[in-house]
Amino acid sequence: MSAPAQTRIIFQHIDEPGYTNDLACYVRHGGYEVLKSAVRRKPEELIDEVKKSGLRGRGGAGFPCGVKWGLVDRKSGKPIYLIVNADESEPGTFKDRYIIHQDPHQLIEGTMISCFANNVKQAYIYIRGEMPHGARILEKAIAEARAAGFVGPNILGTGYSCELFVHRGAGAYICGEETGLIESLEGKRANPRIKPPYFPAVLGLYQCPTIVNNVETLCHVKYIAQHGGAAFSQIGTPGNTGTRIFCVSGLVQRPGYYEFPAGKITLGQLLYDVCGGPLPGRTFKAVIPGGSSAKILRFGERFKGKRKVGAELVDYDWGVEDVPMDFDSLGMIGTMGGSGGVIVMDDSVNMVEALANINAFYAHESCGQCTPCREGSLWMKRITTRMVHGTARAEDAALLQGVADQIPGRTICAFGEACSWPTQSFMAKFGDEFRAYPETKKTPKPAEAAPLI
Amino acid sequence: MIQPAKPDLVTVNIDGQEIAVPKGTNVIEAARLVNVDVPHYCYHPKLSVAGNCRMCLIEMGLPAVDPATKAPVMDPATGKQKINWIPRPQIGCGTNVSPGLHIRTTSPMVKEAREGVMEFLLVNHPLDCPICDQAGECKLQEQATAYGRGYSRYIEEKNVKPKRTQLGPRVTLDDERCVLCSRCIRFSREVAKDDVLGFIDRGSHSTLTCFPGRQLENNYSLNTVDICPVGALTSTDFRFKMRVWFLKQTNSLDPESSAGANTTVWSREGVIYRITPRRNDEVNDTWMADSGRVLYKQVRTDTRLTAAKVRGASATLAAAVSAAAELLRAGGVAIVGSGRSTVEEQFLTRQLAAALGGVSINLVSRVGAGDGLLVSADRNPNVRGALVTGLVSALPSAQLAGLGAEIDAGRVRTVLAIGEDLAAAGLTAAQLAKVSVVCLGTHANPTSAAAQVLIPTLTVFEKSGTFVNQQFRLQKFAAAVPGPAGTTDDLAVLGQLVAALGGPAAADLAGVWTRLAAAVPALATVTFANLPETGLLLDPTPYAALPFVEGAGLHHSPAKA
Repeated sequence: MSAPAQTRIIFQHIDEPGYTNDLACYVRHGGYEVLKSAVRRKPEELIDEVKKSGLRGRGGAGFPCGVKWGLVDRKSGKPIYLIVNADESEPGTFKDRYIIHQDPHQLIEGTMISCFANNVKQAYIYIRGEMPHGARILEKAIAEARAAGFVGPNILGTGYSCELFVHRGAGAYICGEETGLIESLEGKRANPRIKPPYFPAVLGLYQCPTIVNNVETLCHVKYIAQHGGAAFSQIGTPGNTGTRIFCVSGLVQRPGYYEFPAGKITLGQLLYDVCGGPLPGRTFKAVIPGGSSAKILRFGERFKGKRKVGAELVDYDWGVEDVPMDFDSLGMIGTMGGSGGVIVMDDSVNMVEALANINAFYAHESCGQCTPCREGSLWMKRITTRMVHGTARAEDAALLQGVADQIPGRTICAFGEACSWPTQSFMAKFGDEFRAYPETKKTPKPAEAAPLI
Repeated sequence: MIQPAKPDLVTVNIDGQEIAVPKGTNVIEAARLVNVDVPHYCYHPKLSVAGNCRMCLIEMGLPAVDPATKAPVMDPATGKQKINWIPRPQIGCGTNVSPGLHIRTTSPMVKEAREGVMEFLLVNHPLDCPICDQAGECKLQEQATAYGRGYSRYIEEKNVKPKRTQLGPRVTLDDERCVLCSRCIRFSREVAKDDVLGFIDRGSHSTLTCFPGRQLENNYSLNTVDICPVGALTSTDFRFKMRVWFLKQTNSLDPESSAGANTTVWSREGVIYRITPRRNDEVNDTWMADSGRVLYKQVRTDTRLTAAKVRGASATLAAAVSAAAELLRAGGVAIVGSGRSTVEEQFLTRQLAAALGGVSINLVSRVGAGDGLLVSADRNPNVRGALVTGLVSALPSAQLAGLGAEIDAGRVRTVLAIGEDLAAAGLTAAQLAKVSVVCLGTHANPTSAAAQVLIPTLTVFEKSGTFVNQQFRLQKFAAAVPGPAGTTDDLAVLGQLVAALGGPAAADLAGVWTRLAAAVPALATVTFANLPETGLLLDPTPYAALPFVEGAGLHHSPAKA
């Protein structure tokens, strides 16, 4: 089975020899033509196209973009804000940074089309604090676009005005959670807000209706405005339209960025055919398919059930290699498409050590606002750290499971799920390894094992 | 009286009990109405909802409706509308009632969620209850007993945080005990309007602190200690002084201004240890000023008067009363009453004046700046009591200038000072020397020094009585501790004086109220016993023309001129 060819929509020009991130190059490649035609259309028409496209948010949750736009309170009389969520912090995910670095004008064009469609007069690009280079690129690109009349007052002579600002994040993972991001943008600690009542579509930035979209999502809006929602929905599979960018990292021959139609490529094709398979002499052991908070998959496990194909229910019996890479299929097998960060582990990886690494991240990043996540994430980290660097006990596996089970579904934001799913899934799939870890520690590590962080 | 508009009621079902509650009520408050306790830390009825402690998680269900027809979906088994239970727990504080809302607070899901949160709150808690001031009134202790596991699964090292940070002159913070509920932050921001507190650092290492260069020093800072559900914020004054379970609670009032904040006085064996606010939603909510909390310190001071004296020589109370009566009978009397006296004392003062006939009655004015909350501009707690009892008909003027002129002119030869220092009120030493002073007082001052007859009386914490606050709310307070040996209740002294001057015989508090009710139509139905703890609003309209000094405060807006 050979892999399908990439369908590069967002990456159409990125990586082409000679393609640079300045306005002249972008315009030379047909840039801002879509914006020029979009601002002559009715905003409702553009929203309809996005609804028709079936575009789902690329930030992690996969929420339909058209529905999100439809929820915005347009009757309140308050201004509507649009925020570009460029606070890409999920471990294993690095697509947004690449888009910003290589093709910032594509993001700006997609953003301005979205702003026009939603009658937004002020938009912000909230970029992760640790991406200063990306922020500088964006600042420069916005200045170019403003000089050319694509951003700012009276865009392209239509009388429509929209300001676009870059805001550098506060250096925390939680700043990427949309309500935390809004708090941070308002100048406060990025503590996520409680929903209800603070749904961004109604009470968002400065208590005004607010749209928060991911970088990749907004780039897709540009394609949808150009080719129509119907054309976009033809790419990929029903319910999982368009292309997805997969960021493959870890122990694989050719890690990197790959853009494929959603659901048209299986995990096996991606890892073996596109990325060249495991390193010489190794075998794949596990893969996290959608950023580090997604539940881990173990090579060798089988997933059985019924799924909808068109109107019919058909049986499926998949190994990890057979799973189509789309939101719904990954959701069916108990994990998620998430942000598209595919993290690959081979047989040299000890799962206790891998989880210790993930837990350290989440304990460090919990905002500390609500109890289960604040205390649970640190507790799990302390257990796995002790197992790796101190005394491991056979009963630690059960304890870890017990702690992780007390977190999800009880927190203000999805961080509770994000920090507990790794532990829950590692325990479910590699529980034996955790129970045997006190013994494992007594034997020397294999020479090729990755060093501990 | 204008009846409040009937609020829209919503029927909800809590653990099988149906109850109608006003729209906008949250689940914690609705459950309270059917005596169901929903444990919580961060939620406070007078603050905004933060939803961060996750202790109030409840199971919630809504009546099922057909998505297409909007018709109710019935459950054939029960014949009632089917309830769609939400599969994950919701916070009670942030969930407002809606028609047909169903709540479970005892289901396995809720129990498990509470146990989980409880365990998490304790893993980094120092568990130093034996030396913690909050022990005995600690939500963490109470709820650990009710919802905790009873054992710990935590074997890692606990967080180490600052143990004794001085947040301000009156508040000490033990950060290790903090459960990060943010009540103190919200109080400072929303009620005290002094936004000085915040969290620094992240996750479980979050630490409460003041903004750089700022202190928690506003006059309401100790309310953060009251609302702290755990032992993190402690009163520097009360810290390590007494275990709370030894303390007796007495309902009292803050006498520092006409706002009349309701308080609780905490005492043991005749010694007061602290004063805290007592909830009254019509007056002070759950707050009081720091300045009102230290007033108990006046009870035990070296300057306290403890011996009745006649012309400088110790005397019995009876001798002092008869010496006073003799002076008063001689004529040329002026009475200096007090806006700090109780309604009952003011009534007896009026009776005393009536028995003497044709004496001038003065009140001492105390006006300061109001703070817009619970310290009003009128620092006398009970000027309105003097109006209601008919002791005076006008507001007191700034100084006793008129009285001074009368003394200078020789028309006043005896001054009866009831709980007031005449020197502080503007009389000169020469004027004091010119008259015979009969002094009823608690502490030594120029008036007590100059007095021909001195009778030591009680502070507000040692007697029972009533005040009328700025809203014209009649509120009562009770004696928390006995007065020192040698002191006598003002009520008894005044009663005996009235009797000695030919008025009615002295009576106890209940007896005075019988007379008071008969004499003052506005109080016709009131007795001290039947007066509600939250007070009784009197009709202010007879006094609408008076230029009261109070500005807007909590639950008070001055009548429009």
